[in-house]
Amino acid sequence: MSSLQSLDIKRRSATTTPSPSARSAHAGEVAKLIDVSKCIGCKACQTACMEWNDLRDEVGTVAAGVYDNPTDLSAQSWTVMRFSEYENEASGNLEWLIRKDGCMHCEDPGCLKACPSPGAIVQYANGIVDFQEENCIGCGYCVTGCPFDVPRISKKDNKAYKCTLCSDRVAVGMEPACVKTCPTGAIMFGTKEAMKDQAEERILDLKERGFDQAGLYDPAGVGGTHVMYVLHHADKPSLYHGLPDSPKISPFVGLWKGVAKPLAMAALGAAAVGSLFHYITKGPNDVSKELEDEMEAKDREAQANQETAP
Amino acid sequence: MRRNPRDLQRYNASERANHWVVGICFILLALSGLAFFHPAFFPLTQLFGGGPWTRILHPYIGVVMMAFFVIMGLRFWRLNVIEPRDVEWLKNVNKMVDGNDHDMPEQGKYNGGQKLLFWGLVGGMVVLFLSGLPMWRAWWKLPADVVRISSLLHAAAGVWMIGLILMHIYAAIWTRGTIRAMLYGTVTRAWAKQHHRGWYRKMTGDNS
Repeated sequence: MSSLQSLDIKRRSATTTPSPSARSAHAGEVAKLIDVSKCIGCKACQTACMEWNDLRDEVGTVAAGVYDNPTDLSAQSWTVMRFSEYENEASGNLEWLIRKDGCMHCEDPGCLKACPSPGAIVQYANGIVDFQEENCIGCGYCVTGCPFDVPRISKKDNKAYKCTLCSDRVAVGMEPACVKTCPTGAIMFGTKEAMKDQAEERILDLKERGFDQAGLYDPAGVGGTHVMYVLHHADKPSLYHGLPDSPKISPFVGLWKGVAKPLAMAALGAAAVGSLFHYITKGPNDVSKELEDEMEAKDREAQANQETAP
Repeated sequence: MRRNPRDLQRYNASERANHWVVGICFILLALSGLAFFHPAFFPLTQLFGGGPWTRILHPYIGVVMMAFFVIMGLRFWRLNVIEPRDVEWLKNVNKMVDGNDHDMPEQGKYNGGQKLLFWGLVGGMVVLFLSGLPMWRAWWKLPADVVRISSLLHAAAGVWMIGLILMHIYAAIWTRGTIRAMLYGTVTRAWAKQHHRGWYRKMTGDNS
């Protein structure tokens, strides 16, 4: 969805002045809540995503030996169900943990921080992080910046793609396609506050049923996310196909896209301006008149020797 | 045509061509690299046909620069080995910067500052090349942390190189009569005797 007409841009990549922000999210920021404990792994959300966004990925094969199909996110698959088998030693149960993987829509998005192209990534006032492919140059810095390994560069057009949180649907008051289609109600959508309240009730419920560590995944390291999970094992997010335990923008990316920029510009600017002022205060480093005269005399001497030579 | 047949040859045509291939590549890389580094310079991508073209071209130009830099490094490294007299020269560098280089210790073809610059550029190029490769997503996708560290190192090394080259360019402008050495190869004897006395004596046999 294009942001060209939007008046509700909170952040814009590679932009140092305020973006059009006359419109704010009066109804509050939005969030998608994925209740992993209610998910049955039917992949209806994947299908709805394909359908709404008109995407067709290559169908995976059973040879991978897992239910994940396709086996990874791609430019054509913006969400993928991740299936993990977990042997819970405490309860003796084999648990099938199914997580709908995709963009987490971080409040502090690493992709947007890393992106060098102005306006190729925007964050709307409602919290949705959206790629504007027409501005994308295909450098892959968003992949470098993302703590969740979500963006994918298309092999076909070298543009970066990921879940838009159906920003086009949300903009006209509809819920994302995956939410609409989920048959068990495991995916919910609303304001972030409402989703937190919803999660709280559900977590209480789960705790009553013996999942002592049930909790909400809304990692503070990235300022919270606009896609949150209810996890039965919130103490160990990595059980869910490597969901990062405490995601944050890598300190290398932080340095690279943070303090390094003004420091480097100041240093190079000082070198350039300093050189000019050195020249106009000290003058050029010229050959002395004395030496020039000496050499001219030597030139004449050499010429004379040549002429007198037989 | 030589203005004065007694001018001294400092660089032959092949050395000059080699230097300028590296120089042109460097300018292109610095402009495109700055475009990716800081939003203020993003409009520089227009010089290369827009953002995607800049992204496509930058790494290939980098490979060309590295290849020609290696050849140039092999040509000149022996002349840039730091000797005790260079250390002496460097100890007196403040006099030089102050604009008075008449009683600087004798220098060979290169002075201590030029030699330091040479090794600074060699180090910078090695880091730039090695850190640039993992960022080249057209060819491979490496583990995220490798790319992250590489990105930081690449930016740091790029700024380091641009800083050194600013110095290199300024020194060539400041020391009058220098740029012709890299344009058509020769310098005057007076230039040589003033700035590189050791080299002057070696070239002319004049020990006065």
